[in-house]
Amino acid sequence: MEITTLRILVTVVSFIVFVGIMVWTWQHRNTSDFEDAANLPFEDDQS
Amino acid sequence: MQFLNTQSTTYHDDVIRKFAIMAVVWGVVGMLVGVIIAAQLCWPELNLGLPWTSFGRLRPLHTNAVIFAFGGSTLFATSYYVVQRTCQVSLFLPKLANLTFWGWQLVILSAVISLPLGYTQAKEYAELEWPIDILIAIVWVAYAVVFFGTVGTRKVKHIYVANWFFGAFILTVALLHIVNSAAVPAGWMKSYSAYAGVQDAMVQWWYGHNAVGFFLTAGFLGIMYYFVPKQAGRPVYSYSLSIVHFWALIFTYMWAGPHHLHYTALPDWTQSLGMAFSLILLAPSWGGMINGMMTMSGAWHKLRTDPILRFLVVSLSFYGMSTFEGPMMAIKTVNSLSHYTDWTVGHVHSGALGWVGMVSIGALYFMIPRLFGQKQMHSIKAIEVHFWLATTGIVLYIAALWISGVMEGLMWRAINADGTLTYTFVESVKAKHPYYIIRTIGGLLYLSGMSTMLWNVIKTATSGKAATANIPAVAAHA
Repeated sequence: MEITTLRILVTVVSFIVFVGIMVWTWQHRNTSDFEDAANLPFEDDQS
Repeated sequence: MQFLNTQSTTYHDDVIRKFAIMAVVWGVVGMLVGVIIAAQLCWPELNLGLPWTSFGRLRPLHTNAVIFAFGGSTLFATSYYVVQRTCQVSLFLPKLANLTFWGWQLVILSAVISLPLGYTQAKEYAELEWPIDILIAIVWVAYAVVFFGTVGTRKVKHIYVANWFFGAFILTVALLHIVNSAAVPAGWMKSYSAYAGVQDAMVQWWYGHNAVGFFLTAGFLGIMYYFVPKQAGRPVYSYSLSIVHFWALIFTYMWAGPHHLHYTALPDWTQSLGMAFSLILLAPSWGGMINGMMTMSGAWHKLRTDPILRFLVVSLSFYGMSTFEGPMMAIKTVNSLSHYTDWTVGHVHSGALGWVGMVSIGALYFMIPRLFGQKQMHSIKAIEVHFWLATTGIVLYIAALWISGVMEGLMWRAINADGTLTYTFVESVKAKHPYYIIRTIGGLLYLSGMSTMLWNVIKTATSGKAATANIPAVAAHA
């Protein structure tokens, strides 16, 4: 494969992956998973 | 593959204590060298006529000391602190973690000796010669093993967002350092870059800008995502925004480097690419800043009484300000005015003193009393004083360099009706003199704030004793 084609492919695939991450995050925005994760710094409070 | 982690019931905080103390010590040293070279620009005789104390040799000492010694020690300390507490497990291979401390201090010591002696690869922020580069690479791999080993043996399901940022910082800095430091040794402490001409310049600024993006941004965003919620007492405003923030930053930062080479031999399309990605960067940067700021909603009243929170919030303001200024300066037409002037130096310092410095100081004030079994720092009043010294110092510093930078840019491009230059170069140097004095005063204020902190930290550490913190039981989240 020509190097330019490979570069175009990598760029396009990266962009699609990024859009995919945005969509995935949006769909999971109200799940308890995110809430649990956001509370991790406070799991450690002993007092 | 299942890795074993010693079933310690307490966190390994010893290495964090050492890094935290050294961060403050190196902060004072690095900023002192900064004030000295700022004064040399006002009064050149202060170089004492000696090669070892000349501006050209002390300037890389200043940048290396503040970025890698102060910033680096802060990042080691905070990342080890955060990764244990958000993974609820003790450090993976604590002996190796201890080795990263001594290794990193050895790197710093080598810099303190070799830079004034004039040994340099002449690459900005990558001046250290090849034997030291190899030592850095070894320490960094050990750091990665400790950090990712701890994440891999975590007792909780999720990897908290701060650890994503720390992880990206560790991986990317390894990549940047190894690629940019590739060189052909020509003897002990002498080498030539593996790249030539404009490729060498592009590799250098790919490194240089990502050193800003990953060492000075991603790492410190990791600090922000843990210590702002902790000190404000509320979880981060939007966890989904933090995920988008992370990936947007990762996908765009790598491409912004060419804006350091506008109007050079670098191909025009590469310059435009760098400019476009620099403009896009505004979005993730402000996404992160807004996420940090909104975490404060409902806790704003705490700012009245809590100087540590004030450090953290002001650091976010400077982050927002300098990440607006940066993309603007990356626009080619703006850059034609700002490039090679003091405006650039002012911009870097609004990021370095305002964002990196203040978020580090806030995190260190949070950690140090806890690490030494104290409720709070020895003197809250001194933190207050530190805050105002630092803030006033930054404002004087960047305002002076905005004025002198724009002024010299305009003087350089001013042309008479007959096409000759209106000003000689030395006239622009002379015009900057008063602003250089104001800048030095600003730096001196910031340094005195940092010295106040050193006193406060010594008092806190000596009146307390090394505290061991227990890892909480994690039945609910296993």
